[in-house]
Amino acid sequence: MRIKGFAKHYYLMLLPGYLWLFVFSIIPMFGIVIAFQYFNPGKGVFGSDWAGLEHFRYMFLLKDTREVFVNTLVIAVMKIIANLLVPLVFALMLNELRITIMKRWIQTIVYLPHFLSWVILGGIILDLFSYNGPVNQLGAALGFEPVLFFAKAELFPFLVVGSDVWKEFGFNTIIYLAALTGINPALYEAASMDGAGRWRNLWHITLPGIRTTAVLLAVLSLGNVLNAGFDQIFNLYNPLVYSTGDIIDTWVYRTGLLNLQYELATAVGLLKSVVGFILISVSYYLAYRLINYRIF
Amino acid sequence: MVRDKTFGSRLTDIIILVLLIGITLSCILPIWYTLAMSLSSNSAAAAGRVWLWPIDINFNSYLQILEDRNFFNSFWISVQRVVLGAGLNFIVVALMAYPLSRTARQFRARSVLMWILVFIMLFNGGLIPLYLTIKELDLLNSIWALVLVGGAQTLVFNIILTVNFFRNLPKELDEAALVDGAGPWFTLFRLYIPLAVPVLATVSLFSIVYHWNEFLYGLIFMTREQYYPLQTYIQQLVVSVDPATMTEDQYRRLSELSNRTLDSAKIFIAMLPVLVVYPFLQRYFIHGITLGSVKE
Repeated sequence: MRIKGFAKHYYLMLLPGYLWLFVFSIIPMFGIVIAFQYFNPGKGVFGSDWAGLEHFRYMFLLKDTREVFVNTLVIAVMKIIANLLVPLVFALMLNELRITIMKRWIQTIVYLPHFLSWVILGGIILDLFSYNGPVNQLGAALGFEPVLFFAKAELFPFLVVGSDVWKEFGFNTIIYLAALTGINPALYEAASMDGAGRWRNLWHITLPGIRTTAVLLAVLSLGNVLNAGFDQIFNLYNPLVYSTGDIIDTWVYRTGLLNLQYELATAVGLLKSVVGFILISVSYYLAYRLINYRIF
Repeated sequence: MVRDKTFGSRLTDIIILVLLIGITLSCILPIWYTLAMSLSSNSAAAAGRVWLWPIDINFNSYLQILEDRNFFNSFWISVQRVVLGAGLNFIVVALMAYPLSRTARQFRARSVLMWILVFIMLFNGGLIPLYLTIKELDLLNSIWALVLVGGAQTLVFNIILTVNFFRNLPKELDEAALVDGAGPWFTLFRLYIPLAVPVLATVSLFSIVYHWNEFLYGLIFMTREQYYPLQTYIQQLVVSVDPATMTEDQYRRLSELSNRTLDSAKIFIAMLPVLVVYPFLQRYFIHGITLGSVKE
């Protein structure tokens, strides 16, 4: 029921938040016009001359932009697959554990890396994998030559994916565990009565029970196809691994803010934003059609 | 639940237990290693003798930090940023989630306002337009750039989470308040905010952790080191390598030059607040996430 006069109070409650979002989220969106300009900081967005699509044409001619697009796709897709499967397997294993107090301890510990920043974890990981760090020491004890892990372009994408999975798998487990607790225990009892063993229970009860959740996560992760993870790569990479590790976001940062090629960096960033926006919209739409998922 | 006690089943239990413990240790040992490193002597660290126990235990690194004015300066900036950022986030989320959780009949603009939020969440103008906007607003080197830019990007997600929480409350609550003659402000402060404690605690945790961990805006909006928040300070310390070309040898020498024990001490202090806050709020966030994500 709608009460006369309530709406104006609602608007009053909403005003500060929308004002904040307008200045710091909406206004910057208009800045994308500089991708179509010969931007002159002195003249600003309104006074600069128009360039049409020239920066976009130039972007497709550059060899490095093609490289960073490929790197972004490769790393992001590997991350999506690994971040769907590893937490699922971990949740299933945790589900088999009957010692409740231990279960709780494990959960508490594995959620932790999610809350630490990539600055911190990047520092720790680079130290662990450094030339005389613990990983190489362990390798030496087993008879391997020391390797400069984070200077090897051919290893870099895998180290990135591996460390990302390590950081996030615990947190990603939460949603699977929530789905697992939603399965009716009577189903397991009935199956056991009928002589079903552990694997049959897993195959016929547990997995079907979390199928909806798994499909939902898979569909929603489609929106991340261009998100290879700026924070992580920025804190782990170096010029030796640019050929396989430089992604759109890091390239935009260096090109725009270090080399001051504002227009080109904005054009690449805009392309990423638009494609990303379409992908996420499609993924939400699919999730809505397939399992009636709604954002709000 | 009925458990079978065959040998194979017990063996599976043991294998799962060992795997779970191993994976869990992998999440905590790097943090422990950092602490051990920070308490060791420089020579032991350089020789790679530090594993999981400090060698030649001493507090020199921490004493050195006590004299580092830049470190304390950055620490203080981060504290201010967290207090301002999480405080603003709390107020704005609490104010906005209630009107946005009304039905379309109670509040006609609700649908449009929600879609604006979703658009802001899914699309952004990219790094360069954001930088230029902040520059135009004359907020470079101001703590408000850190508080408001980062805050705006996490705000939307937090609002949607809280809105979904409110939508799942029984409708009778609202009707009862109305029948008793409660106005919108009374209903918000006396009914909805007290009920929203778990979800508000969750979004506050997200906001605190986000503002503490974020480093990029410190790097691009602050032009002088004395304005860096702590994570940016650490980022510059540990991983700042950006010469255009570099050989493996140079990379290796660079990492050998760094003071591993001192860096470890700084990293450890930088993650300490998250480690301290974490257990207290952990019970809230799991609760809050599952509450907010389940829709009617």
